[in-house]
Amino acid sequence: MKLITAIIKPFRLDDVRNALSEVGVNGMTVTEVKGFGRQRGHTELYRGAEYVVDFLPKSKVEVAVSDDLVERVIEAITTAARTGKVGDGKIFVTDLHQSLRIRTGETGDNAL
Amino acid sequence: MINSGDTAWLLGATALVLFMTLPGLALFYGGLVRSRNVLSVLMQCFAIAAVVSIVWVLAGYSLAFSDGGSAQAWIGGLSKALLAGITADSITGTIPESVFAMFQLTFAIITPALVVGAFAERMRFAAMLIFSTLWLLLVYLPVAHWVWGGGWLAQMKFLDFAGGSVVHINAGVAALVAALVIGKRRGFPSQAMTPHNLPAAVTGAGMLWVGWFGFNAGSALAANGSAGMAMLATHTAAAAGCVAWMAQEWLRFGKPSVLGIVTGMVAGLGTITPASGYVGPGGALVIGLLAGTVCFWATQYVKRRLVIDDSLDVFPVHGVGGIMGTLLTGVFGAAALGGIGHPDGRTIAAQLAVQLIGTVATVVWSGGMTWLLLKVTALVCDLRVTAEEENEGLDLVLHEERGYNITS
Repeated sequence: MKLITAIIKPFRLDDVRNALSEVGVNGMTVTEVKGFGRQRGHTELYRGAEYVVDFLPKSKVEVAVSDDLVERVIEAITTAARTGKVGDGKIFVTDLHQSLRIRTGETGDNAL
Repeated sequence: MINSGDTAWLLGATALVLFMTLPGLALFYGGLVRSRNVLSVLMQCFAIAAVVSIVWVLAGYSLAFSDGGSAQAWIGGLSKALLAGITADSITGTIPESVFAMFQLTFAIITPALVVGAFAERMRFAAMLIFSTLWLLLVYLPVAHWVWGGGWLAQMKFLDFAGGSVVHINAGVAALVAALVIGKRRGFPSQAMTPHNLPAAVTGAGMLWVGWFGFNAGSALAANGSAGMAMLATHTAAAAGCVAWMAQEWLRFGKPSVLGIVTGMVAGLGTITPASGYVGPGGALVIGLLAGTVCFWATQYVKRRLVIDDSLDVFPVHGVGGIMGTLLTGVFGAAALGGIGHPDGRTIAAQLAVQLIGTVATVVWSGGMTWLLLKVTALVCDLRVTAEEENEGLDLVLHEERGYNITS
């Protein structure tokens, strides 16, 4: 099992959700985060007090998938989230040691 | 003789002016601070309204508006303490004295509430209460008496229709001194301290614009042409202030902002306040345009050049605006410039001299006394919260409350 974490532009969230559904992934956790990589921030001005805001709002999508789905999920997220402009985001894949469905107690791939 | 039209208007005007503080100013200031401090601002506004009201009934109204006997030039007496002798039949001019006292109370409330903007996000609540009460007694009441209570400025025929000096110069200068004495917020100016709720701030600003009709047109103390012209002048200056600030900001920074346009509005309104019943619409237009322009540059100067943390820009907007408006009353009040004409047929130069005397007196009294009262308050308790407390936010630290519980 793998945990796939994708940091994407917030307005691509619906497309990513739909793309995941098409490859058979219907559960996910979404968090609103902020961050930056190479994308520059913006300035805000309040009565002459000027601030450079580095952090940009992003959405973090986390999905737990069985190993055989990993490549298809990465491909789906990438295609749905890409705009071609700086700031599209990143995908991280980490090993998932354990997973459990709380209601039934099922473990492993049966919990995904 | 009571005039029911005048009375009806003043009853309404009183409500409008209280509305300016609660919740107008409360929302305006509240929206401009960080979310961790929003309740502290609301609390300060409500607490000031409550405490000032009680002090007013106990002694404030009397000290401002009764006859001080031998001290009449400087302060009133205590003959009307606890509003003694005032019954439902008492009259001031053409309205019940109860209404007059209430109307004036709303001005006494908003003036110390304005000062709150200078020390937002770092002053201890207890210290603020002590300071504001002392300030009302020793700064607001004397100046109100000098200008409106038959004191020495009134005797000189110093013109202040609705509070350019009593409210705006008073509060503005006090704010500057308070900002200097209490010191900058930790992290100012490098750390971003952005308004957490501009929709709330703009909502409050809208309430101020509407409420100001009570403030200025109500100061005619009658439902008549003077009130009508005051409303017209007030509105024109507000609009001109909006446009002027917006233009300055657009030119200087490339984009017009909503915070800018409402600040321009406040500048226009504060500046027209002393002149509102004396000038014509043309004069109001010029005054409003000047307000939006001059107060814009004053804000930049105080914030960026002098790096003074008058957190909500009370001095550059109300202080500078109040000074400018008080002086311009001497100019645009003249019949030749569309005004109602100066007292005793004075020339512009002669009236301007009187306006200058009143301005300087208010600046000196407010500035000096504010400094003194802050020092006195500091003897009783700390003025500021600690660095850690400031970081955590006043709402939790001073009030054990959270402004927004969105997740629940």
